[in-house]
Amino acid sequence: MTATTESLERETKLQGLGSSRLRKEDARFIRGKGTYVDDIKLPGMLFGAMVRSPYAHARIKSIDKAKALAVPGVVAVLVADDLKPVKLHWMPTIGGDVQAVLADKKVCFQMQEVAMVIARDRYCAADGADAVEVDYEELPAIVDPHKAMAPDAPIIREDIAGKDEVGHGKRTHPNHIFTWEAGDKQGTDAAFANAAVTVREEILNPRVHPCPLETCGCVASFDKITGQLTVYMTSQAPHLVRTVVAMLSGIPESKIRIISGDIGGGFGNKVPIYPGYVIAIVASIVTGVPIKWIESRIDNISTTGFARDYHGIGELAADKDGRIKALRFVALADHGAFNSHVSATKLPAGLFSICTGSYDIPKAHCRVDAVFTNKAPGGVAYRCSLRVTEAVYLIERMIDVLAQKLGIDKAEIRARNFIKADKFPYTTSLGWTMDSGNYHAALDKVLKAVDYAGLRREQAEKRAKGELMGIGISTFTEIVGAGPTKVCDILGIGLFDSCDIRVNPTGSAIARLGTMSQGQGHATTYAQIIATELGLPSDEIQIEEGDTDKAPYGAGTWGSRSTPVGGAAAALAARKIRAKAQKIAAHLLEVGEGDLEWEVDRFKVRGNPGHAKTMKEIAMAAHTSNLPQGMEQGLDATEYYDPPNLTYPFGAYVCVVDIDRFTGETKVRRFYALDDCGTRINPMIIEGQIHGGLTEAFAVAFGQAIPFDENGNHLGNSFMDYFLPTAVETPHWETDHTVTPSPHHPIGAKGVAESPHVGGIPCFSNAVVDAFAHLGVTHMDMPHTAFRVWQQCKALGINTR
Amino acid sequence: MVNKQTVSFTLNGADVDVVVEPRELLIHTLRERLQHTGPHIGCETSHCGACTVDLNGMSVKSCTVLTVQCQDAKVLTVEGFEQGGALHALQEGFTQEHGLQCGFCTPGMITRAYRLLQENPSPSEEEIRYWMAGNLCRCTGYQNIVKAVQYAANKMSLPRTGT
Repeated sequence: MTATTESLERETKLQGLGSSRLRKEDARFIRGKGTYVDDIKLPGMLFGAMVRSPYAHARIKSIDKAKALAVPGVVAVLVADDLKPVKLHWMPTIGGDVQAVLADKKVCFQMQEVAMVIARDRYCAADGADAVEVDYEELPAIVDPHKAMAPDAPIIREDIAGKDEVGHGKRTHPNHIFTWEAGDKQGTDAAFANAAVTVREEILNPRVHPCPLETCGCVASFDKITGQLTVYMTSQAPHLVRTVVAMLSGIPESKIRIISGDIGGGFGNKVPIYPGYVIAIVASIVTGVPIKWIESRIDNISTTGFARDYHGIGELAADKDGRIKALRFVALADHGAFNSHVSATKLPAGLFSICTGSYDIPKAHCRVDAVFTNKAPGGVAYRCSLRVTEAVYLIERMIDVLAQKLGIDKAEIRARNFIKADKFPYTTSLGWTMDSGNYHAALDKVLKAVDYAGLRREQAEKRAKGELMGIGISTFTEIVGAGPTKVCDILGIGLFDSCDIRVNPTGSAIARLGTMSQGQGHATTYAQIIATELGLPSDEIQIEEGDTDKAPYGAGTWGSRSTPVGGAAAALAARKIRAKAQKIAAHLLEVGEGDLEWEVDRFKVRGNPGHAKTMKEIAMAAHTSNLPQGMEQGLDATEYYDPPNLTYPFGAYVCVVDIDRFTGETKVRRFYALDDCGTRINPMIIEGQIHGGLTEAFAVAFGQAIPFDENGNHLGNSFMDYFLPTAVETPHWETDHTVTPSPHHPIGAKGVAESPHVGGIPCFSNAVVDAFAHLGVTHMDMPHTAFRVWQQCKALGINTR
Repeated sequence: MVNKQTVSFTLNGADVDVVVEPRELLIHTLRERLQHTGPHIGCETSHCGACTVDLNGMSVKSCTVLTVQCQDAKVLTVEGFEQGGALHALQEGFTQEHGLQCGFCTPGMITRAYRLLQENPSPSEEEIRYWMAGNLCRCTGYQNIVKAVQYAANKMSLPRTGT
C-alpha cells in the first residue's frame, strides 16, 4: 500500500496528463512581457501603410504617386507595376486560384490592396497613403451570390475568364468557382420520394469574421549580404508559410525563417497568407531594411479571413416516428473576389460532408457551389474545422425542424436517431469513419442535469400566459485533427505534424513542435503529455513552436489539430525515448529488457522493486560511456505523425432563453455544455477553451454579421458595428464532460477548443426558434439581434400589449 | 517640419521626457518611444481596451489620448504592477483562475481591474462585469476574468502583516 501511495505522490509531482496545473505561459503575459508582432522593433525598420480601394468593383485608370512621395518621411510607394518585375504582383492561393497582391488594373472588392506606402514611421506612412491619388472607373458590383451566375452578371475576374477550371473541376460561368458533391444522389432521391415525411428549410450561415483581438501583421527583414529572409508574422501555420514564400520568391527555403512569436488570438483568421505579408517582404528585399506592416482593425474585418457566407438548403426525409431515412443538403458558397478560402486540396468544401452529424442516416447527398462576388476573399474556418460549423448548423437545425413537423420532442428525436455506442467505429453514408462516441449517455446526463422535463413543463406554463421561453438542444459531432495525408494536403504537403524532443543530461527536456499556440496553452499541455510519457516533471519540459529554424516541419494550429496530430507526435516521440531508456536501464541494472516494468518515472526490475533506475538517472547515463554495446549517446527523438484517421469529439448542450416579445431582447438564462473530447490533458485549460468557444458561438448567434449595401460597401467593419460580446452580455457557462477516448490516438485525446463554437451556435439558434415553435415558426436566420427577433414577434402579431 | 513638443510625466513612478508631434497618441509613445509594450493596440477606436492605462487615477484608452495631454501626469501601465519581485494580487489572480489565454487583452484587463478595486474594493460579480465591459476578450468568455478579479479583491482585503 505504501508503495502505491508513494508512486501516486511521485505521479502527482510530475503534473502530467490529467492535471489542472497552472499555465507556464502566463508569467510573461501578466507582466506585459509577451512578444507579439507589433512589439518587434528592428534597427532601421520602416513602416508600410496600405492604400485601399473605396469601390467594390472598378477599373484603375491611373495611380499618381507624386504627392505621396513628397510627404516628409515617405521612402517608397509600391503598386502592382513595381511588383511585376519580381513576378509578385499576383500570388497563388491555397484554393488553387490566384490573388492580386496589389490590384492589377482593376479592383474586385472594397478595401482591396492598391498600393503600399513605405515610410519612416506609421504616422508618415499614413500621411503618404492619404496622398496617393488613384483614378477609378466604377463597375457594377455583385453582392448577392445568388446573382453571381446570372447570364448577364458582370465578370468579376477577367484575369481567369477564359479558364474552365481554377483547381477544383469544371466551371460553368466566369463567376463560378467549383461545384462539389458527395454521397449517393440517386439513392437519396429515391429515399425522399418514398418517405413518409420530408422537411425543407433555407438556412444561412452569414458572413462573419473571427476577429482575434490582435490584428494580422508582420515584420519582414531581408539581409542583402547573406540572402537570408526573416519574417516575424502572426501565422497559425509558419512552416506552410515558409514553403509558400519560397515558392513565390525563389529564395531557397533554407534561407527563409518565419517566426511566429506570441499570437493574440487566431481563430482561423491567421491561417492564410495575405497580400500585406508579401508586399512587406518585397519592400524589404527592395529597400534592404526591415519593413513592418500591421493591419488596422478596420483593415482586419474588411479584408482578411472572413468565415462562412454559406447559403444553405437543408432537407430531411423520415418515417412517421422521426427516424431519418435520408439527408439532402446544398449550399451556395460566397468566396468573394478570389478563391483564397482555406481548405485541403482534395476537399474544396472542407469537411462539409460531416453534415450527417451524430445520427445514423442511411442515405445522404450534399453539394456545394462556390461563386465569386465583389467582396473580400476568403472562407476561413472560424474556430472550427473547415466548413464544419456550416455542416453542423444545418443538421442540428434541421433535426429540430423535423421534430416540430412530427410533434416529437427535440431530445427524443435525437435519441431515436443517434448512432449507438456499440456501432463505433461507424462509417457514415458520406464516407467518414467516426472513431468513437457515446451519444445517448451524454444527452441523458445533460437532460438530467438541467431537469429537462421540468423545463418543458415551465415552458408550457409560460406559453399559456403568452410568454416566450425557448429550450435549445444541440447534440453535435465535430471532425477535427486534419489529417491523414492520403486525404488532406495543402499545396501537396500532407497535413502531418511533428515533435522533436531532446532530454538533457540532468533530466530536463526541450520539445519543439510544428504547431503554433495562439492562446491554447501548448507550452503547458504538450509538456504534460511528455511528462507522463517520460516521467519527468512538466515544469522542466520546455516547449517551443513557431520558429521554422528551430521546430520540425508541421502544418500548424487550426482545425483543432494540435492535440490530435501534434499531441500524438509528442507522445510517440516520447515513447521512442522511453524505449531507448529501457535499453539503457536494462544495461545498468544488468537484467533483460523484458525484466523491467515502467512505473511513473522509472524502470523497476520485476519482483525486485528496490532495484530501479529513474528517467533522470537514465538521462545522465545516456550521456556517458556506460551504454549497451553499439548504442549512440544522447536521449532524443523526432516523430512525424501521420494520423490514421481524424478524431470526432462530440457534445450535448442545452440552452434556455427568455425572450421579451415587446422588445425582442433575448436573455440566455442557462447554458449547460457537456463535452467529450476523449482523454483530458488539462481540465482547467479545457474548461477555459469551452468558455471561450461558447462566447464566440454566442457572438455569432446573437450579433455577428458583415453586411454590405448593394454597391458592395462594407457596412460594419469596426468595433462600433461588429459585435464582440463584453463581460456584461456574455452568459454564465456551466460545463460538464464524459470521456470516450479515441481508439486510434496514442493517448486517446480528440481536441476540444472548437467544439463549443461548432455546437454552441445551433444550440442558441435552436433555443430562439424553440421559443416561437408553438406559433408555427420553424426557422429564423442568425444573427438573433433584438431587432430581428422583434420583427419575428411583429410578424406574428405578438409584439403589442 | 511639424512643431514638436516636450512632454514630461511619470511612468510607473519614473520621470520621463519625450519629444513628440502634437498628434502623437499616448499608446504609440509608450510602445515605441518608451519600450512599454504591455499595453496593446486592438482597435484604435477606444472599444477593445487592450491599450488601457491608468492616467491620473482614471482608466483611459491610450489609443485615443494625445501624449501632449499627459504633461505632469501620472501614468501607470501593466509594467508597474510587480513590486520588488512580488506580483500584484491581480497578476496572481489572473494566473490562479486561468483568466487569460492569448494574453493580448491581459495588460488592459489588469490595469482596468486595478482601477475598479481602487474605487470598489469588494465588487459583486455584476459590478465586476459592468466595470470590465470596456475591455474585450476573445478567448476566455470572461468567466475566469471575473474570478481573477474576485481572487484579487479577496487577497487585497486581507489584513496586511507588518504595517
